[in-house]
Amino acid sequence: MSQMPQLAACPSCEEPLESGDRFCGACGYDLSAVPAPPDDHPTITMNGSAPRPPSAAPAVAGAAPVPPVTAVDWPVAPEADSSGTPAAVVLPADIEGRESGGSDSPGVRFDRPAGSPAPPHTQSSALPPERSQPPSPAQPHARPQGQAQGQPQGHVQPPAHTTAPGPAPASAHGSASGSAPASAHRSGPGSDRASAHGSASGPAQASAHAPGHAPAPAAHAAAEPDEYPLAAPLPPEIPADELPTVEVPTLDAPLADPRTADLATPAAGLKVCVACRAGQVDRDGYCENCGHAQPRERDHMEQELDAVAAVSDRGLRHHRNEDAFTVSATALPDGSPAVVAIVCDGVSSATRPDEASLAASRAAGESLLAALPCGTHPQQAMHDAILAAAEAVNSLADPAASAHEHQPHVNAPACTLVGAVVTPTLLVVGWVGDSRVYWVPVDRSAPPARLTEDDSWAAQMVAAGLMNEAEAYADERAHAITGWLGADAYELEPHTASFKPDRPGVVVVCTDGLWNYAEGAEEMAEVVPPDAADRPLHSAQVLVGHALDGGGHDNVTVAVLPFPAPQQGAGSA
Amino acid sequence: MANFSKSNVPQFSVEVYQNEYLPEGGREVNAIVTVTSTGGGTVGSAVAAPHLYTPGQSPDAAVAIMVDCSGSMDYPPTKMRGARDATAAAIDALRDGVHFAVIGGTHVAKEVYPGNGELAMADARTREQAKQSLRKLSAGGGTAIGTWLKLADRLLSSVDVTIRHGIVLTDGRNEHESPEDLKAALDASAGRFTADARGVGTDWEVKEVTAIASALLGTADIVADPAGLSADFTQMMETAMGKEVADVALRLWTPVDTSIKFVKQVAPTVEPLTDRRTEAGPRAGDYPTGSWGDESRDYHVCVEVPEAGIGQEMLAARVSLVIPQGDGTAQALGAQGLVRAVWTDDMTASTSINPQVAHYTGQAELAQVIQQGLDARKAGDADGATAKLGRAVQLASASGNADTAKLLAKVVDVVDAAAGTVRLKAKVAEADEMTLETRSTKTVRVKK
Repeated sequence: MSQMPQLAACPSCEEPLESGDRFCGACGYDLSAVPAPPDDHPTITMNGSAPRPPSAAPAVAGAAPVPPVTAVDWPVAPEADSSGTPAAVVLPADIEGRESGGSDSPGVRFDRPAGSPAPPHTQSSALPPERSQPPSPAQPHARPQGQAQGQPQGHVQPPAHTTAPGPAPASAHGSASGSAPASAHRSGPGSDRASAHGSASGPAQASAHAPGHAPAPAAHAAAEPDEYPLAAPLPPEIPADELPTVEVPTLDAPLADPRTADLATPAAGLKVCVACRAGQVDRDGYCENCGHAQPRERDHMEQELDAVAAVSDRGLRHHRNEDAFTVSATALPDGSPAVVAIVCDGVSSATRPDEASLAASRAAGESLLAALPCGTHPQQAMHDAILAAAEAVNSLADPAASAHEHQPHVNAPACTLVGAVVTPTLLVVGWVGDSRVYWVPVDRSAPPARLTEDDSWAAQMVAAGLMNEAEAYADERAHAITGWLGADAYELEPHTASFKPDRPGVVVVCTDGLWNYAEGAEEMAEVVPPDAADRPLHSAQVLVGHALDGGGHDNVTVAVLPFPAPQQGAGSA
Repeated sequence: MANFSKSNVPQFSVEVYQNEYLPEGGREVNAIVTVTSTGGGTVGSAVAAPHLYTPGQSPDAAVAIMVDCSGSMDYPPTKMRGARDATAAAIDALRDGVHFAVIGGTHVAKEVYPGNGELAMADARTREQAKQSLRKLSAGGGTAIGTWLKLADRLLSSVDVTIRHGIVLTDGRNEHESPEDLKAALDASAGRFTADARGVGTDWEVKEVTAIASALLGTADIVADPAGLSADFTQMMETAMGKEVADVALRLWTPVDTSIKFVKQVAPTVEPLTDRRTEAGPRAGDYPTGSWGDESRDYHVCVEVPEAGIGQEMLAARVSLVIPQGDGTAQALGAQGLVRAVWTDDMTASTSINPQVAHYTGQAELAQVIQQGLDARKAGDADGATAKLGRAVQLASASGNADTAKLLAKVVDVVDAAAGTVRLKAKVAEADEMTLETRSTKTVRVKK
């Protein structure tokens, strides 16, 4: 929490302040005391190091350490990566048949994209036996149906298709979903989680799991058509404007573009330097007297919609903000709202990371806004959005342009991406890199959870069983990322997962600029204000403030989305 | 005559090469500024086919050729003959319409052509007349280059032209006036015309000739063999004819509390400019660069900025090109370059050295150690000379400055170029040593 001394005016530039200001509005002076910097681990890529065999890759990524949480009845992040192969586009009509899992049975089901190239037990075997596994996640799944909230708790729908690398996603679907994550997380000694899992879920689900790690027959998936709780998608031929969309405010791209936020750079000659208050600002954004760079529009950005808010800040140690975000809201074909947040963190060892993050967040946001109203399954839509973002970032790599960059590192522009889609019943996350999603229940007696697994060196080390979590994260390479969007990325492996939270809560989508200061899910939950679901913007501000109070060593970006997405009526603004 | 100079002003572009990242507490910002001028298609043909140019289409220019006619020019007589032939060749290279004069220099300056304190305008007839009048050149008398420069200045300023250029040829020391007189003449001429200086034979003083070229923003070189004069003069004149804009200044703006540690031209030759600053408004100063044709030059700018915290960014210097006008204003030549300072705690970023900066730091050191090594050698300090010239060999080899490496190899025996191990040669031809000294400031550009 940021506790600001109440000052009447900025100590640096005498600009009058408003209560609650964390920065001077004129000069950007940080009004909070800056504590001693913690160990900072800037996001860097590890080109060339720690290569991993493609087959093991998904498992490794998914096997990153999960914060040990006792008595969680929310699942830890499932293994739901898409193994780098572009998913087959799922037509809306296909969705139903593809849904694995039977009814809305309570109990958590981890979704595993169908048709993922490695059979589930391959995933399992790729996991290190010694991987520390929180014992708790297995328990909730074993719960009888209808227990607790009576909701399908942590029920992860198996949209499988997300990552489906081409061949017959549907057939593999049933088996892959649920079983794979279970085995992945169970890692080695006995897949009791899988069995627990199976028992918790409905009969159909159980049967899906029963074959265990063998490919399920295609008929299997087809046998459970009505499992997916969202309304049946409309055929794609129906024009979007005829869709019974709920009037949830839909931001079009320009609005979602942080650059067009009302933080325009003042025209040259009209503004006095915020640093020396003596010179005017030239056209290049520098003071004509003292030469100091002026605050830029991206230094601090905030955006709020009804059911989502995001805040991004340059932080205290970086000279520019290389993070970017998109928040938007749309409606599914059945009229229920879908809220989208995308957060990207530019890789600072690459060139033009700020452009990369901006391009990625915009592309992903636009892709989701286009896909969701058409009935594309949210997890598939997320997968496609990541691919669209990757393409946008790749297109920034321009050999001719990079020749003019005389930076110490001349890498193609790159960034991480993390996104969340919240509907009234479903929570879908997707990510590449080390930006994260946390789940914080409104009822704080229920445990929070982290829903993503970093593509990072430390996560890989732990996953490979080469180090324990403490050792891995103590290493200076810990935060080197092993997956990113960019022309120089290895084979892109978008990870997606979908959840059916059994209780209301908030989804925190953030870059490492925040989670460096609240790593564990419990720590994060402590920082999230109790009223986060009601005041997302305030919560995002508080979270950014937490990172700045901790030293603000990196750019900080946070999006906060309440779950479930509020039904129509809330979206009046 | 109509002044078309404005339309002939070439386009300038400025590129800045630097590592803008400073560590916490870092204050020194280094940048290589590459300035490139490209004319509107006039220069290439101006050089290749000067006679195609008619007055008004090409930059109007005035040239004064100053030929040493001191008594020593007759020893050997080939020197005087070479000087006559070279001057004739230079006159042949004059574009039609260019104003010119030939000055015979001894302890006084004489107008050889056209006389009467005037300049001739080049055409077939005047070129022939000028060459005829060269026969009048005869050796006899002393050497007082300052007087030649004063006469050249008076003649060149008698016409209203864009480019004013002189060529000084000498074969001996400036013995018949005090160094102060020469310096005063150079100071008076600086900024009024540019001049190339050439020493013929080996009896002249390298530092005098290079000082003339440096003050008048031209080139200096040795022509050890008088037979080589004609080619050299032709080339010099062609370069002069290629100039399109004169009196260009590098304008450097720096913020308050920032000091300029140095400014120097580093390519094509090393030329310190720090002390030649002319104040140009608040926090800005102009450094003379002379006249420009189609060419590219590199400058090394080093500024010291006030400390700032991690994450801060400031503009350390703004580089532009201007033509200062007499009334205190300046005609801007468009291009600008920004030298920035960004404080970061990323050690990888802040500790790396920009390749261009590293290269030209090496080239500047190369020029310096050659000078120091030759000075030590003259002073009889063999150890010092060996160390300095060894370092020079190492630098020349590492940076790919093959021309300088060749010249060094005539002065020292290279044992190991990479390690900088050399032995002083017992016998060194005077011409070789003077060539090395004169050309020590020549740099090569960084390989891209």
